[in-house]
Amino acid sequence: MNTPAPLIEVEKLEAWYGKRRILNGVDFTVHPGEIRVIMGGSGSGKSTLLRHMLGLNRPVSGSVRLFGTDLATASDREKLEVRKRIGVSFQGGALLTSMTVGDNVALPLREHTNLDEQTIRIMSRIKLEVVNLGGFQDLMPSQLSGGMIKRAALARAVVMDPRLLFFDEPSAGLDPVVSAELDELILRLRDALRMTIVVVTHELDSAFKIADTITVLDQGNVLMTGTTAEVRAADNERIQDLLNRRPREVHVDADEYLQRLVGETE
Amino acid sequence: MEALTRPLGKLGRATAEALGGMGYAAMLLYESLYLSAFGWRIGQPLRLRAVLEQMRQIGVDALPIVCLLAFTVGIMLGIQFVSALGEFGAQSQVVIAVAKSVTREFGALITAILVAGRSGSALAARIGSMTVSQEVDALAVIGIDPVRYLVAPALIAMLIMLPLLTVFADAVAIYGAALYSAPALDITPSAYMLQTMSLLDPGDIGQGIAKSAVFALLITLIGVSTGFSVVGGAEGVGRATTRAVVLSICWIIVADMIFSYFLNR
Ligand SMILES: Nc1ncnc2c1ncn2[C@@H]1O[C@H](COP(=O)(O)OP(=O)(O)O)[C@@H](O)[C@H]1O
Ligand SMILES: [Mg+2]
Repeated sequence: MNTPAPLIEVEKLEAWYGKRRILNGVDFTVHPGEIRVIMGGSGSGKSTLLRHMLGLNRPVSGSVRLFGTDLATASDREKLEVRKRIGVSFQGGALLTSMTVGDNVALPLREHTNLDEQTIRIMSRIKLEVVNLGGFQDLMPSQLSGGMIKRAALARAVVMDPRLLFFDEPSAGLDPVVSAELDELILRLRDALRMTIVVVTHELDSAFKIADTITVLDQGNVLMTGTTAEVRAADNERIQDLLNRRPREVHVDADEYLQRLVGETE
Repeated sequence: MEALTRPLGKLGRATAEALGGMGYAAMLLYESLYLSAFGWRIGQPLRLRAVLEQMRQIGVDALPIVCLLAFTVGIMLGIQFVSALGEFGAQSQVVIAVAKSVTREFGALITAILVAGRSGSALAARIGSMTVSQEVDALAVIGIDPVRYLVAPALIAMLIMLPLLTVFADAVAIYGAALYSAPALDITPSAYMLQTMSLLDPGDIGQGIAKSAVFALLITLIGVSTGFSVVGGAEGVGRATTRAVVLSICWIIVADMIFSYFLNR
C-alpha cells in the first residue's frame, strides 16, 4: 500500500520571539483523512506552531509545506490557492465584529467565488445548519455566547469545503457540555465532509476523544507522535506527567535563582 | 558614566523605533497603492463599496464639524486682520490677507487636525481591536490581504476626501471672515466674496490642496500602523488610539511648516 502525499509537512521548524526560542526544530507530518491533535501544556508552543502552518509567521529556519507548497517562498497567487483550500477556527473565534454572523460565514464565498447572492446565502445557511446555528444569521457576533461564536467560526471555516481544517483550542473557555458538543461536531465534520483536521488543545479528554493521532508538544519539542493508544502507553516521563496532570518538577538552583532575582543574568 | 549613557541609549532606541516605524509605514503605503492598482490581478481587488463607505465616514460625516470650525476660524481671522491692519490704515488689505492665509494655511491645517482626531483615531481603534481579537489573522487565512481590505480603502478615501474637505473649509472660513469684516470695510459680504475671488491665485488654493494630500497620507499611515502594532488587549487599543492622534497632529504641523518654508520663499 502506498501512502498518499502528506497535506502538511513541517521540517526542523524553529521559532523565536525576541531572544526566546519557542520551537526547537519541530518535525510534523499530517496525512489526508486523519484527525491530528497537537497536545501540550499551556505555553508549550502549540499556537506558535499553528501560526507557522498558516503562514502567519515566517520560520527562522526549517520549512512548512501545505499541499506541497512552501508558504515562505510561494508567490501571492500560490499562497491564495493554498488558503482557499484550508479553513481555520481561531481560539476566540475571530468573527468580524462589524458584520452579522451570516455575512461572516458568507465572507469567503463573496471574496473568492462568483456565485450569485442567492446561492451564497443558501450555502452559508447550510453551513450554519451544520453547526446547529440555523436561523442565527442575522445576529451580530456580540449577541452570541462563547460556544455559539466558536460554532459560527467553524461554519465560516468550512464554508468553502476546505480539505484541511485547523482548530485552535476548541474547548478553551467553554463549559464541559458545550465543549463535548464541539468535539462531536468535529467528528461529524470529518465524516460528513471528509476533511483532514488539525486540532490544537490542552484538554486531555477532548484530545483522546477526537484524535486519530496525537502529537505531544512540550517546551517547543515534539515528545512523540502516535495513535491515542500509543500515547497512553508511552513510557516517557513527561508524557505520563501530562496525562496524569502532574505539574512539572521545578529544580531550584540557589545561586542561579539569587542571580536571577538581582537581575545579573540575561 | 551610566547616568550619561542611559539617556543616550534611550534616545538611540527611540530613534531606531521611529525609523522602524517609518519603514513599516512606507511598506504599508507601497502595498496599499500597489493593491489598489493591481490587486485585481492577484485576486485582491479593491472594493468600490468599501472605498465609498470610508469616504462617507471620513468626508461626509465630518462636514458639520468642519463647517463649524472653519466658520469660527474665519471670523477669528477677520477680527485679527481688521484690527491689526487697521492700526496701519491698511484695512483694504484685509481681504487678501484672509484669503491667502486661509487657502494656503488654515483651511488645510484645521481640516487635517479635525480629521486626525475623528478618523485617524477611529482607524487606529478599529484595526487595533481587530489585531487583538485575531480578526486580522482571520482575514489573512481566509485569503483576504488585510492591507487591501482595511488599509487601501481608507487611504484612497482619505486622499480624495481630505482635499475636498479642505476646499470646503476654505470657502466657509472666508465666508465667516466676510460676515465679520464686511461692515468694517464698508462693503457687502457678497462684494467681499467677489473681491476674494478676483484676488486669489489658483496656486494659493493648490498649495492647500497639495498640503492636504500629504496630511491625508500622514493621518492614514500613522492610524493604521499604530493599529497593526497594538499589543496588550483593550488597554493597548486605547493607548494606540491616543498615540495615533498625538503623532498625526505633530507630524501634520511639522510637515506644514516644512511645506510653507519651501513654497513661500
Ligand atoms: N507575540 C508573542 N510575543 C512574545 N512571546 C510570545 C508571543 N506569542 C507567544 N509567545 C510566547 O511563546 C510561548 C509559546 O506560546 P504559544 O505558542 O501561544 O503556546 P500555547 O499555544 O501552547 O499555549 C509562550 O511562552 C508565550 O509566552
Ligand atoms: Mg495557544
